Amino acid sequence: MIKIRNLWKKFDKMEVLKGMDLDVNTGETLVILGPSGIGKSVLLKHIIGITKPDEGSIYIDNVCISDIKGADLYKAIKHMGMLFQGGALFDSMNVEENVSFYLDQHGDPKTGKRYPRKEIAERVAQALEMVGLAGTQKKMPSDLSGGMRKRAALARLIVYRPSIVLYDEPTTGLDPITAMQINELIVKTQKELKATSIVVTHDMFSALYVGDRLALIRDGKIAHIAEPDPFLKIQDPLIEFLHNSISKDPRTMKENANGRTN
Amino acid sequence: MNGQTLEKNSIFIKVAKKLHFLTAIGEYTFMIVDTIKATIVRPPSFYLVFEQLYEVGVASLPVVAITGFSTGLVLAAQSFYQLADKGLSSVTGLMVAKAMMTELGPVLTAFMLTGRIGAAMCAELGTMRVTEQIDALKTMAINPNRYLLAPRFLAGTIMTPLLTIFSIAMGVFGGYLISVYFFGMTPNAYFDPMPTHINTFDLVTGVTKGLVFGMQIMTICCYKGMVTSGGAAGVGRSTTNSVVIAYCCILLTNFLLTMLLNILHEQLGIF
Repeated sequence: MIKIRNLWKKFDKMEVLKGMDLDVNTGETLVILGPSGIGKSVLLKHIIGITKPDEGSIYIDNVCISDIKGADLYKAIKHMGMLFQGGALFDSMNVEENVSFYLDQHGDPKTGKRYPRKEIAERVAQALEMVGLAGTQKKMPSDLSGGMRKRAALARLIVYRPSIVLYDEPTTGLDPITAMQINELIVKTQKELKATSIVVTHDMFSALYVGDRLALIRDGKIAHIAEPDPFLKIQDPLIEFLHNSISKDPRTMKENANGRTN
Repeated sequence: MNGQTLEKNSIFIKVAKKLHFLTAIGEYTFMIVDTIKATIVRPPSFYLVFEQLYEVGVASLPVVAITGFSTGLVLAAQSFYQLADKGLSSVTGLMVAKAMMTELGPVLTAFMLTGRIGAAMCAELGTMRVTEQIDALKTMAINPNRYLLAPRFLAGTIMTPLLTIFSIAMGVFGGYLISVYFFGMTPNAYFDPMPTHINTFDLVTGVTKGLVFGMQIMTICCYKGMVTSGGAAGVGRSTTNSVVIAYCCILLTNFLLTMLLNILHEQLGIF
């Protein structure tokens, strides 16, 4: 479980987070909505420990991430993963090296030994197949489109099966078809890994498609948090605006997609 | 805004700027300490170090050779023209060797490495920073100081003194070619004064400077890369700044090292 208590963060003179409190239940997908520049990505970076708060605490399974640093922090976040807005693939490595990076660096968590090359290659191939990028192992990130980069970055996460996955604007800047593929992959990943997921987005369509609960950030705090149906009934101009921005409820499409696959 | 407020504000701005400079020094020191600590706890893989050794050392050989060689040529030519009418042309070789060993070899090698390696490293790390690749490393529980910086520090520290020696050799060789084949000196006349007047101290000076410059180039350029912000323009700014700062530090450190090493040599008889 992820617990955030009284989180404050200021950059220069701008206060981004102003005493935020938030609980994320184990195994759920929480979607955090809000306009750009309101501190959604900053929140994710706090949760994974790469940004430190000015005040407040973040607990991941009762370990206070915000109070630890160095080797202790790296040990505590080993079971977490984050999908960055631009993918953040390593430019100097090909897709296979990118996807296998975590396995190469950390080895088997149980034995501490390096994985055999064959096993790594198999797991990379499986992860790439899952995201629809089979056969792209030798391609460089610069050879991939934006959507392919995001899918390769998702494969880099899936391959080490993290128990907490953070998604930073997963569908931003993508065409509707690729965005839908990413949404489906998030749902599929969630089902396979049974991970706790936090998705940060300003795309209401994506939020309704992947989220178990939805939250809205306003003025550095969580303004509303609820399951999709009650969330849509909240009298808030921003929620109404976001809801009106989509022509069709994506959950019906998800049911249809499930019907097709089942 | 009246004049008094403006003056007061400008003082605040000056103090803030100084504090920012102190913060940068603190971050720079912390980065070096953390990299050394992380390297001792878990050394970077041999492959990563080897890759950097090749990039810093082997790939820099041509540019260092050209720099050393051409400096040797010019130095010998100038020395010969200046000294010949005073009947001192026989010390041309000695002048070339002494200048290359104690000053020009280490400084020019460091300059070339800053331009070739330091700028490239700063741009690479800066790009990784602004495209969140360094954040991605951290989220995968990898210490970027150990993974990215340690191999570069090690390679720079090992390779710069070696490249300095290579540059000195190329300089002496360049001086030899022009002195013998253009000015008509005999090889013996060029080399004879060297064993008598060049001692271990000169070599120690050159190698020590190479070592210190190597560490400076790597730490300054990597630091500037790691703190880059502001997209593509920010990468450009960081790269320019890293080269300018590294050049200034090399020149200042060169003076300080010259004084320090000579005082140690003269007063304490070290080397």
